[in-house]
Amino acid sequence: MLGANSGAKMTATPVTRVLGVSALAATALMAVLGLIVSPPDVIQGEAVRMLYVHVPSIWIAYGGFALTSISSVLFLRRSKRRADQGRHYDRLAGSAAEVGVVFTAITLITGMLWGKVTWGTYWQWDARLTTTVLLFVTYLGYLALRRLPAEPTVRSRRAAVMALISFVNVPIVHYSVDWWRTLHQKASLSVGRRPEITGEMYWTLLYSTLAVTILATWLIIHRYRVIRLEELRDEEGLEALIASRLNKDVGGH
Amino acid sequence: MLLVARKDLRVERRAKIALGQVAPLALLILMVFAFALDANTSLLERGAGGLYWLAVLYGGTLLIQRSFDVETDDGNMDALRMSAIGMPSLFLGKALALFVQITVLELILGPGILLLYNVGVVDWALLFAAAIAGTLAFSVCGVLWGVMSAGLRVRATLLPLLLVPVLAPVLLAGSRAFETALGVRAGAGWTWAGLMFVIAAVHTALGLGAFGFLLEEG
Repeated sequence: MLGANSGAKMTATPVTRVLGVSALAATALMAVLGLIVSPPDVIQGEAVRMLYVHVPSIWIAYGGFALTSISSVLFLRRSKRRADQGRHYDRLAGSAAEVGVVFTAITLITGMLWGKVTWGTYWQWDARLTTTVLLFVTYLGYLALRRLPAEPTVRSRRAAVMALISFVNVPIVHYSVDWWRTLHQKASLSVGRRPEITGEMYWTLLYSTLAVTILATWLIIHRYRVIRLEELRDEEGLEALIASRLNKDVGGH
Repeated sequence: MLLVARKDLRVERRAKIALGQVAPLALLILMVFAFALDANTSLLERGAGGLYWLAVLYGGTLLIQRSFDVETDDGNMDALRMSAIGMPSLFLGKALALFVQITVLELILGPGILLLYNVGVVDWALLFAAAIAGTLAFSVCGVLWGVMSAGLRVRATLLPLLLVPVLAPVLLAGSRAFETALGVRAGAGWTWAGLMFVIAAVHTALGLGAFGFLLEEG
């Protein structure tokens, strides 16, 4: 499903085009619901609209990092048998982490804007905020490790181990509001607990989560294919270099 | 395990990097903190615990870097891989050697904050427990993340980027525990020290499981 159209060196296929258009339409509807249909909050006022981006973004980030961890486990299992196996899991781990990092950044930015309106300050040294920044920086480190010039299998193996260790931060970030006294409000939506919001706000938030999920899926597929194309470029570049060197040697003798 | 630790400490004894370069630099950092805070004695007294652990973080990172540079520079890593030493022993041996080196660094920084920042100790037991717990956490995290960046061309910049977010909770817990031990803040100093032991234990378990994967080539 994720295979790129390597012959034409493109990342789009009819399926992803449909997915892309769906993501665009879903995001537009999300804007209408969030900005027009959903009412302002009694206490937070218009600032509550930030919630429709903020909450889905962190869920997508968690999901992206979870996908990175699962793919990393599968990669480590495969590559243990044969070093050249499991590359697709490694690519999936990398693309999911990139999308996770982008959505963590969106969470932080929207949270800071919301904080300025509601708390009167962009930043508070609060457990949820601090752990989220640490999560963000940890995965930036993971992406930095993936980009280093090194033997691909060694680099991927180290990145996979790092992904597994880094995922420990995700539950810490999520439950920080329950474990410590924080300024940050409790989770608006959580499994097994009554939602903190109801009515149009609740449905808008649920819909926003769905819309952002479609968008993130589309981004992950494209990033996966871009990574594959980058690998192909590197392989072809190396082959071309060896061929030109061989030709030169033959010509020289 | 002891063989690996002894080898690392012998290399260090001959090169004298920890005592000759890192420790004086860390002391200098304690002085620079005082310059940055305009030698405000009450601020320095309140922040002594945090500044101590920041200096340990800086010096410790250099020692971790050095611990893996000596392995990769002359291809020692290949020799270790081919030796009969098991991966758990390698991990624990490297961690033990780092623990000793960071302890030496702290034995110099400890009197440093007491003298330069004019603070006194009200709970020696907590101070030692927190120092041991923090050093353990630094050592095992250092080996785990040090091997992650070992042998890579940009390891000097990569290691702090990977290490600091992981050590941030240790820095926080160490600072709070020291503040209680130094009588600056009443609080749950022992709980913070305990947290550092837990972080050390978790990273030891992770390191024992992952070290083999990280050391493998191609």
